[in-house]
Amino acid sequence: MISKRIVLHFPKRLVDEPIVYNLIKEYDLKFNILKASITPEEEGLMVIELVGKSENYDKGIKYIKSCGLKVESLSHDIRRNEKKCTDCGVCVPICPVAALEVDPKTRKIIFHDKKCIACELCIKICPTQAMEVHF
Amino acid sequence: MRTIKEINEKIKKGQVVAVTAEEVIELVEKKGIKKAAQEVDVVTTGTFGPMCSSGAYFNIGHSKPRIKIGGGSCTLNDVPVYTGFAAVDAYLGATAIPDDDPRNKVFPGEFKYGGGHVIQELVAGKDIRLEASAYGTDCYPRKKLETYINIKDLNEAVLFNFRNCYQNYNIAVNLSDKTVYTYMGSLKPQMGNANYCSAGQLSPLLKDPYYRTIGIGTKIFLGGGVGYVSWQGTQHNPSVKRKDNGVPQAPAGTLAVIGDLKSMSDKWLKGISMLGYGVSLGVGIGVPIPILNEEILKSAAVKDEEIFAQIVDYSQDYPQMVSKSLGEASYAQLKSGKIIIQGKEVPTGSLSSYSKAREISEELKSWIAKGDFLLTEPVAKLPGVESGYSCKPLKERPIRY
Repeated sequence: MISKRIVLHFPKRLVDEPIVYNLIKEYDLKFNILKASITPEEEGLMVIELVGKSENYDKGIKYIKSCGLKVESLSHDIRRNEKKCTDCGVCVPICPVAALEVDPKTRKIIFHDKKCIACELCIKICPTQAMEVHF
Repeated sequence: MRTIKEINEKIKKGQVVAVTAEEVIELVEKKGIKKAAQEVDVVTTGTFGPMCSSGAYFNIGHSKPRIKIGGGSCTLNDVPVYTGFAAVDAYLGATAIPDDDPRNKVFPGEFKYGGGHVIQELVAGKDIRLEASAYGTDCYPRKKLETYINIKDLNEAVLFNFRNCYQNYNIAVNLSDKTVYTYMGSLKPQMGNANYCSAGQLSPLLKDPYYRTIGIGTKIFLGGGVGYVSWQGTQHNPSVKRKDNGVPQAPAGTLAVIGDLKSMSDKWLKGISMLGYGVSLGVGIGVPIPILNEEILKSAAVKDEEIFAQIVDYSQDYPQMVSKSLGEASYAQLKSGKIIIQGKEVPTGSLSSYSKAREISEELKSWIAKGDFLLTEPVAKLPGVESGYSCKPLKERPIRY
């Protein structure tokens, strides 16, 4: 069983296609939608967590790509710019999944990017704009 | 026990015993106050956090023909500077923002660029775009000036922060149903988080609570270079309630500090964007405390468990000038990551960087140990508890015609 978080980019023509539904029906994958939005250009962005057997996951990804969607792994989306970060700690209580924490010894900020769900709250809140989105 | 003169002699000889405000705590726990006071000459403190009443003044040099920016208008990278001075003198405040920044127009407002960022870029050696207009006089005929300026070409670039280094601060919470955006950060509804802003046991004025050693003329670490305490800061309030150890339990004293911006570094002066609130400047300050007697060492060894702050509601009480405390918590509790307020567990967030405060206290310690930094005798004391000096609210007197 594997669990992976991915970012799906839907081109305009596919925004209203039930692609995610097929992942459950045809590929027996459980999913958890972490974020879904339609941009002003009418393209879709969805951050989704897929859970299932490894072979089914691979088949599911193949299917998504064959539909014409762009698939990216989530863990590389939000990054912490260590040069800009002053290790203040304002971000810590804001993160809904505790992906940011203070190291009790060094009092520096640790970013657990595997926990991150790309909600982007830290990006808005960081006083030195040290949290960055990378697409 | 010892004098500043004696301490400086030891510094010159490379024999001084300097420890940080954190190290002295352990030392006192091991050896006791008496022994520690005999051994330690200087305790170094540090803090790094947003300090809004900061700014820098400059003299840009005269143009050909001359222009009188004084009384006219001037911007640096579109951020307005104050020009109510002589021809080519101006003062840039940390919280100044461009007149028409589209990023600030949609609630809550991003405040991505302002005075604090210009100061950071100036210190970093970047070229800054200056645009000025003047009304023109016989002796200063020019009416417009557009030029790049760089810190190395300015005659003077002086960091002058007339309120820095707050002696303690509040713990901010939000009792309402909607997120509030404040200078204490974004506060989630229903006490979703509790934010604090102090270096606690490393903080300069918390370690010299009665201002026995820190005074006007005290030489300090400021923004990576050398600075001096020039006056008490605005809102200086020595009359705040204190615990038995003398440490104020609410915001009390403040410092006005000054130093040569050209000798500072953008590692210790950072433009700050506070979502929904505005722009500020993150300033790094370190103050040395000479251990002249046991009492001073006792205060310098105070720890996070013994320093308390008041929990204040920033959704209603703070904006409506209602003085109410919802309780208090120590900095040790705050640093644990959560505190209990009215029976509820609330996660904490800090605005002040403790790791940077630690780095500053260690850097200042190394300057002193290497003989590169001598202590100064303050030329005048800061107003203390006996002075009766206090911070008063505004007494509004409506204007009637």
